Amino acid sequence: MNRPMGPLACVLALVAGSLNASELHLALHSEPKTLDPLVFADESAEAIRYLTEGVLIRINRLTQQPEPELAVSWKVSSNGRRITFRLRKGVHYPDGSAFTSKDVVETFHTLFDPALHSPVADTFQTEKGTVSITAQGDFTVVADFPAPPTAFERLFDQVAIVSCVAKQRPAPGLGPFLIGERVAGSHIVLKRNPVYWKHQPDGQPLPRLDAIRIEFQQNRDLELARFQRGELDLIDTLTPDLYDRLAKEAPGRAVDAGPTTDTEFLWFNMAPQSPLPAYKKAWFQSQAFRRAISESIQRADLSRVVYRGHASPSAGLVSPANKPWFNAKLAPESFQPGEAAKRLADAGFKLQGNVLSDVAGHAVEFSIITNSGSKTRERMAAVIQQDLAKLGIKINIVTLEFPSLIERITRTLDYETCLLGLVNIDIDPSGLMNVLLSSAGNHPWNPSQKTPATVWEAEIDRLMLAQAASGDTAARKKSFDRVQEILREQAPMVFLLHPNSLSAVSSRLPGAKPSPFFPHTFWDAEHFALAGKSAAGK
Amino acid sequence: MKSARPAQLFAIVFLTFVGISALVPRLWTPDSYETQLREALDAPPSARFPLGTDALGRDRMARLLYGTRVSLALAPAAALLSCLVAALVGGLAGLAGGWTERTVLASVDLFMSLPWLFLLLTVRAMLPLNVSPLVSLGITFGLLGLLSWPASARVVRAAIHALRDSDFILQARASGVTPWRLISRQLIPNVMPVLLAQFWIAVPVFILAEATLGMLGLGVSEPLPSWGSMLRELEGGNLRAQPWIAAPAVLLAAVVGCFQLIFPREDYSI
Repeated sequence: MNRPMGPLACVLALVAGSLNASELHLALHSEPKTLDPLVFADESAEAIRYLTEGVLIRINRLTQQPEPELAVSWKVSSNGRRITFRLRKGVHYPDGSAFTSKDVVETFHTLFDPALHSPVADTFQTEKGTVSITAQGDFTVVADFPAPPTAFERLFDQVAIVSCVAKQRPAPGLGPFLIGERVAGSHIVLKRNPVYWKHQPDGQPLPRLDAIRIEFQQNRDLELARFQRGELDLIDTLTPDLYDRLAKEAPGRAVDAGPTTDTEFLWFNMAPQSPLPAYKKAWFQSQAFRRAISESIQRADLSRVVYRGHASPSAGLVSPANKPWFNAKLAPESFQPGEAAKRLADAGFKLQGNVLSDVAGHAVEFSIITNSGSKTRERMAAVIQQDLAKLGIKINIVTLEFPSLIERITRTLDYETCLLGLVNIDIDPSGLMNVLLSSAGNHPWNPSQKTPATVWEAEIDRLMLAQAASGDTAARKKSFDRVQEILREQAPMVFLLHPNSLSAVSSRLPGAKPSPFFPHTFWDAEHFALAGKSAAGK
Repeated sequence: MKSARPAQLFAIVFLTFVGISALVPRLWTPDSYETQLREALDAPPSARFPLGTDALGRDRMARLLYGTRVSLALAPAAALLSCLVAALVGGLAGLAGGWTERTVLASVDLFMSLPWLFLLLTVRAMLPLNVSPLVSLGITFGLLGLLSWPASARVVRAAIHALRDSDFILQARASGVTPWRLISRQLIPNVMPVLLAQFWIAVPVFILAEATLGMLGLGVSEPLPSWGSMLRELEGGNLRAQPWIAAPAVLLAAVVGCFQLIFPREDYSI
């Protein structure tokens, strides 16, 4: 009689283990390519880094204000080029070594090593030189910039301070959790960092959770099904369809945290060297044509139909969620088919029957390329297709897998218009230099120009460089507002929507406060406590 | 065979019904497959929309019927192309024997080892962007037909190989029957059931392949519907709340099943 009880006991023990009272469960859509905190690889790696590493300054995902972390304070010199950080004392790595200025200096020394090829290091580079990080004693670090940096707090939010005595990376860091177990292709378990430096107001240690189990779940439907079965406590990003389904089936669990800083837009290929026929280049280089297209798209329908209302019509590249830099004078382009038709007629286009033709008699027909596999973009393209058909314009929608798409928009320039999105992680205008400067490789409509092709692009270049060189926030805002206005007037990019941040939070997590910024749901995971369960560390 | 007749009759009636509906969709719905009724998104079935509307407010019945027309025309065409190539290659290998057979089989193996998905992606990436959705879909099915013959060719080769050494073929040869007459009167009729089986297997495979390719950007582009593109609605769809979105899958299964019923139940063993 006793023999079957052995396996049964094992199974019960396993089940009990999997139902650990203070273990949070969530899923990532892919496995992190690396766990090296100094190498930025992908969003999954970024999520693990966020939970396991410490930084000098943390940007609060809700307030967007910088908060002291490993640096208790910082002071900017009068010329704006030197930042002096005072470090937190009494902080220890899990291996017992004390956190000092040596760790910070060694971290930046490693980060700036060209052999690491770190894109994070690139953000510290300027045309005038590199940043120098030096120690002044055990708990003071000085960062000397060749020119006054803008929004430097965000730069330091992305650098994990690793231990200088650790033999290899990743080594246990200064974040609230440690990597406890990793099973390739399956999951990662993060264990509570027993020597984490933060405490609750009553002196109790943080984090309150014992562990976070992160599954790798590519399929979003399965992720939602597991959430509904109670196997997952959080979903960091939901598609509009799945959000609506969850909102109907489990009201209160789906959270719309409002507009993100991301932008969905369409742009025209205006590169003179592109292999397009001359008459099509002329269309796309015509301001009237571009504005007419922009005025003919029903953004409200895009939001309502494609995003089920969980997106805002866009007025420009900057989302209203980016409060400091959004130009409040700009409103989303309204749907004006009459105005669009007039613009086209003034520019020599003629509507004959249901077909719009240019001056030379070419029927206006062009393609929109977008990445395959994105239902929202395919649907947006279909809505635009029907809207433009009313003007007599025929649109061919082509979905391409991503490498082919990138090849066309960056190298061969063999495309007509492209529908994509921009994920704005950095809310500072300088983060858009690689998009807005005419010389930039990522300048969408005409990349890598030697000299600006148009007067208005030269003006954008001048304003962007001026705002980057200025330490005066009001002057920077004025310059950047004008950039947004020029983009609106010239319409090289047709701004469509700012999607909302959609996520799901289990009833076990009453204190979660989803934010529009990544990571949306677990940005304050060290404060999480599962409802009705005994908290760890108490 | 007698017990199968009612089923065959039913299958013929059903397929005729589906065929006529696909050819004359106005019998069922006045709406176009591409018109977006943006005030009627994801509408449930009603008198006007017997299968409701999709996420863009398009009449799902109209899309299903037009999609049936597209898929029922192109998938069998691609399957036919695939079977013809398989019959030629497999027949050549089976009949010739010796080094020819070994060379052809090695080529077939080589062809089977090609990553056809990447080949399709490469070809699609090279196509001009401004082609109509129907041409794009035709190219996709054509490529599927041209790339999917190796497995069938092996089956045909095995069938021909077995026939080649059979008593009745030996007798025909001994009687002085010409090679062409041997092929047309003896081999082709005997290998036809094998080819038919390959054909009917290929049709749903190609329809589903088109759905898969759609996710990679190779399938039918908006606004043209196909069974494949409509099956994509099941991905992320809520079947419990909207069971009618399974209509394309049900129709696909029913049509393929009916074709199997019509197709004579012969002994495929050679």
